[in-house]
Amino acid sequence: MQHLIGYIVLFPFLGFLVLFLLNRYLSKSMVSLIGVGSVGIPALLTMLVGLNYLNDPDGTVRVETWEWFQAGSLDPGITFLLDPLALIFVFIVTFVGFLIHLYSVEFMKNDDGYGRFFAYMNLFIGSMLILVLADNLVFLYLGWEGVGLCSFLLIGFWYRDPENVKAAKKAFVVTRIGDTSMVIGLFLLFAHFQTLEIQELLAAIPGKWAEGSSLATWGSILLLGGAVGKSAQLPLQVWLPDAMAGPSPVSALIHAATMVTAGVYLIARTHVLFLQAPDVMEGVAIIGALTLLIAGTSALTQTDIKKVLAYSTISQIGYMFLALGVGAWSAAVFHFMVHAFFKALLFLAAGAVILAMHHEHNMFKMGGLRKRMPVIFWTFLAGAASLAAVPLITAGFYSKDAILWLSFAGEKGNSALWLAGTAGAFITAVYTFRMIFVTFYGKQDHETAYRPGYLILIPLIVLAVFSMLAGFIEMPHNMAHVDLFSGFVQFSLPEAMPQINKPGLEWLFQGISSLMTLGGIFTAYFLYLRRPEKPRQWAHQYSRTRQFLLEGWKFDRLYRYLVIRPVTYLSEVNREDFIDRIYILMAESTRWWHTLLVKTQNGRVRWYIMGTALGVLLILAIIILI
Amino acid sequence: MTLLTLIGILMIGGFLAWLSARWNTSLTRWISLMACGINLIWTLFIWFGQHSVPAISAHGQWILEYRQPWIERFGIQFYLALDGLSLLMLMLTFFLGFISVLVSWHQIRRHAGFYYFNLLWILAGITGVFLALDLFLFYFFWEIMLIPMYFLIGIWGYEKRLYAAYKFFLFTQASGLLMFLSILSLYFIHGAQTGVYTFDLTELMETSLSSSLSLFLMAGFLIAFLVKLPAVPFHNWLPDAHTEAPTAGSVILAGLLLKTGAYGLLRFVLPLFPEAVLEFAPWGMFLGAISILYGAKLAFSQTDLKRLVAYTSVSHMGFVLLGVFALNQVAVQGVVIQMIAHGISTGALFILVGSLQERVHTREISAFGGLWTKVPVMGSIALIFAMASLGLPGMGNFIAEFLILAGTFQSSVFFSVMAAVGLIAATLYSLRIFQQVFQGSPSLRMETLSDLNLREMFILGIMVILIFWLGLYPRPALDTSQKTIHGLLQRSEISAIPGEDPPDHAEAGVGIKIQEGE
Repeated sequence: MQHLIGYIVLFPFLGFLVLFLLNRYLSKSMVSLIGVGSVGIPALLTMLVGLNYLNDPDGTVRVETWEWFQAGSLDPGITFLLDPLALIFVFIVTFVGFLIHLYSVEFMKNDDGYGRFFAYMNLFIGSMLILVLADNLVFLYLGWEGVGLCSFLLIGFWYRDPENVKAAKKAFVVTRIGDTSMVIGLFLLFAHFQTLEIQELLAAIPGKWAEGSSLATWGSILLLGGAVGKSAQLPLQVWLPDAMAGPSPVSALIHAATMVTAGVYLIARTHVLFLQAPDVMEGVAIIGALTLLIAGTSALTQTDIKKVLAYSTISQIGYMFLALGVGAWSAAVFHFMVHAFFKALLFLAAGAVILAMHHEHNMFKMGGLRKRMPVIFWTFLAGAASLAAVPLITAGFYSKDAILWLSFAGEKGNSALWLAGTAGAFITAVYTFRMIFVTFYGKQDHETAYRPGYLILIPLIVLAVFSMLAGFIEMPHNMAHVDLFSGFVQFSLPEAMPQINKPGLEWLFQGISSLMTLGGIFTAYFLYLRRPEKPRQWAHQYSRTRQFLLEGWKFDRLYRYLVIRPVTYLSEVNREDFIDRIYILMAESTRWWHTLLVKTQNGRVRWYIMGTALGVLLILAIIILI
Repeated sequence: MTLLTLIGILMIGGFLAWLSARWNTSLTRWISLMACGINLIWTLFIWFGQHSVPAISAHGQWILEYRQPWIERFGIQFYLALDGLSLLMLMLTFFLGFISVLVSWHQIRRHAGFYYFNLLWILAGITGVFLALDLFLFYFFWEIMLIPMYFLIGIWGYEKRLYAAYKFFLFTQASGLLMFLSILSLYFIHGAQTGVYTFDLTELMETSLSSSLSLFLMAGFLIAFLVKLPAVPFHNWLPDAHTEAPTAGSVILAGLLLKTGAYGLLRFVLPLFPEAVLEFAPWGMFLGAISILYGAKLAFSQTDLKRLVAYTSVSHMGFVLLGVFALNQVAVQGVVIQMIAHGISTGALFILVGSLQERVHTREISAFGGLWTKVPVMGSIALIFAMASLGLPGMGNFIAEFLILAGTFQSSVFFSVMAAVGLIAATLYSLRIFQQVFQGSPSLRMETLSDLNLREMFILGIMVILIFWLGLYPRPALDTSQKTIHGLLQRSEISAIPGEDPPDHAEAGVGIKIQEGE
């Protein structure tokens, strides 16, 4: 059964190849069949492999295909490695990916680039699967860059609009900065361990690099650089809001559910290295805490529905980083999974809304859609409830609760981190329900452009169910003894043990975070339904603050001064290459001497005699003087 | 004898092509295509055959060897030999030669006979350079490839062709003369020491040189090779020559001529001056890293598309220089892949720029925009090669750059990190090539643009397949050159091969150096 892993990866690539090469010869239904099928089959295979694997989750499955390249002791193979961590990611990528592909059949049906779209989407799924299944870091890097390329192509999918082209470039360049840091990290690891195979590295690191040693610190910082780039965390988060230029299914798949969590995967995958660098771990937690606050507050002021979701994604990945930083590995991965369900759902539902509103992105021009689009509303509400972590009934509550509790009670937790997370929970609830109330409530009534069909509704409903129920596989132990998820993940990742074991305290904390959520929802209700003039008034009154938040704490402006201006200057200065001037000068001086000396060759004997005499004089003078 | 025939086919083919042009230019093209094709197939056969021969070492054991006395009075021999490294280079030569003939198919109408004569003679010269083991013979071929190239740029080039051709000639000629001085000095010193006057590389390697003399003589070779490579600050002939040359000329320049510089470093400089190389290594890596960054910076600055692509060569060849002087197996294996991958990817970019210029008669980047809708196939292929040039994994350039940087990291953390910054710069200029031309709002003057024709698709299709093959399964290429590289590094008595060198001593250094680098 396990050898099927190779096919899971193969099908999306085959789909890509067929669509890329034969795009113009295929009918639309053929394209849909190939595009969706090449993700659907892997989804089924994953179920098969997964069920098989669940019976015996101890141990890993390696599938070797061919040796990629070999030089010195560097010999990475095209080899796949399946363990619980990888399986969870593969499951999300194929399963959520399949639903999004299905949705796209209807969503993209009137687009000229239909075949191109599915080709890129398949390529993305294939690359993402390589990323999570690679058994060595070079192969992982192949997937890592592959998803980056697809992200670039899909952000700039409507490439005739210069704004989209710019956004695509920004995403590629910013993540590439992180990637370069990561690749240097790979060189460092290779230089010291003579291998880049993940399992071998993880086994060798603790013996060779002491906890807190400078090499372990550097190694993990360099990998962290890659992770913050890909996962849009501080300070490289700036590309994600712009990435919303891509079609909504792209935002759902790449910029919410899968690719942006690659950084989380990378850190979890190399957790042994990070454990040897406690300072960096603390840094990861702080980055997560800061990012979740910065992005959360930015989401509060956005008017573009996709931008709200983008900032929310950055903020939620911040939670995952927070969890990673405090060593709550399982909680981070759990939140990744739940987030993939509800955030994909929210983006897909938002996409349907945008389509119905004639490509209007501004929420404040919507309103009252609850009655016009009931299924969209209810599924969106389910996703939103999960995002806001409505207590007890939503999956988001359980995943977020685990992070918050461990950020306080975990070995590396502290009250500041918990406070940031809890404040974030309040903010999350506010911006989420602000989105709901503004978009779906209110007195406005709009003609909707179209009614979503089954291909759009089914994925939404499935995801809505998962956003609700996925939480019940892992519950806080003071509530019920269910730990299916962490029990499974612990074969890949060490278990995080709370240092404080007081059920009473845990109840209290759960109560506080529940209150935060409910309070946030009420605040949103109060401000956007009961007293909608208030926010407008504030927007006027504190316009500078609002602008500051609207632009995501003005990081773009900072980078314009720090990076873009210098680079532009660098590209404009010395366009002609000053070194060339040196050679031109050489040529010119030769010519100058030439014209000068030619003048002496004038055929007049007088000149020649005088020249000879002067020469004699000069020589005599030298002889006498020296 | 095979080796001589390979050169002979190109030279005779050149004459035949010239003669046949009097009657029928189509015959000329077919003769040229055949000459390259036969050689290509022949070398492929040698390549497949050599897998059964287990040992290909750098010196002593050759796949093929040909040795005849030439000018006996001066100890000059006609000494050609083929090992894994030169075999790879020959396959690249004949492949790009084949491609160049196809590229010129309709583009060259003026003096077609003389054109193909020059083309084939350049290839003959390059073949000789890749095979010669007698230093005099090497210099002879080095000059042979120069003169027809001068004509190729000067006669069939674009607007500023004469200026570019002069510049190319002067740079290469001047630096070549310095190398010739070094060759002669080596010849006389060796003769004085042993009484045997010979230009045979394998014997000249045994010459004992004082360290200052060795540095001095190495400098002569180095300058010739660094100019060819080219390394900053000797690169200035390149942008002009590449930009003004006809498309096939640019392909050969970037794909092959530059490689002769890299090949020379590996084949001659490393074995002849092992100690001096070790002393020069940090400077070599420094020049390499500078070339990567400065080349990328200039590439990004250009407004002329072809010139942009030309400057990317400076940046990419910087990796070669960096890798050679990292002096370890991993890096130098990467150098070999870089030579092939750069030959293909940059060659393809020049072909794309050439076919764009044929269609719209401009190279100004700002004149383009939004072409993808009009020419989807061309756009997709441009995307592939732009990605290759920024080092996307899956394509050959990535393998090369990864190996070079990983190898360099073991020799010098600082230069490795410095060069890795070049990857970001490469992203900037590569995206510029693709996005400025093919994305964005469509420009109006592109109404009548036609997509690639079958001939162009065939050429570029093969190149796409090759660049992916090199990226996904480079083992055949790596294996072919592996033993040669191993031998070259061992010959230079440099034991920087990873695994043998205890990493403990590196550890202390790395920690310190990183801080400098960051």
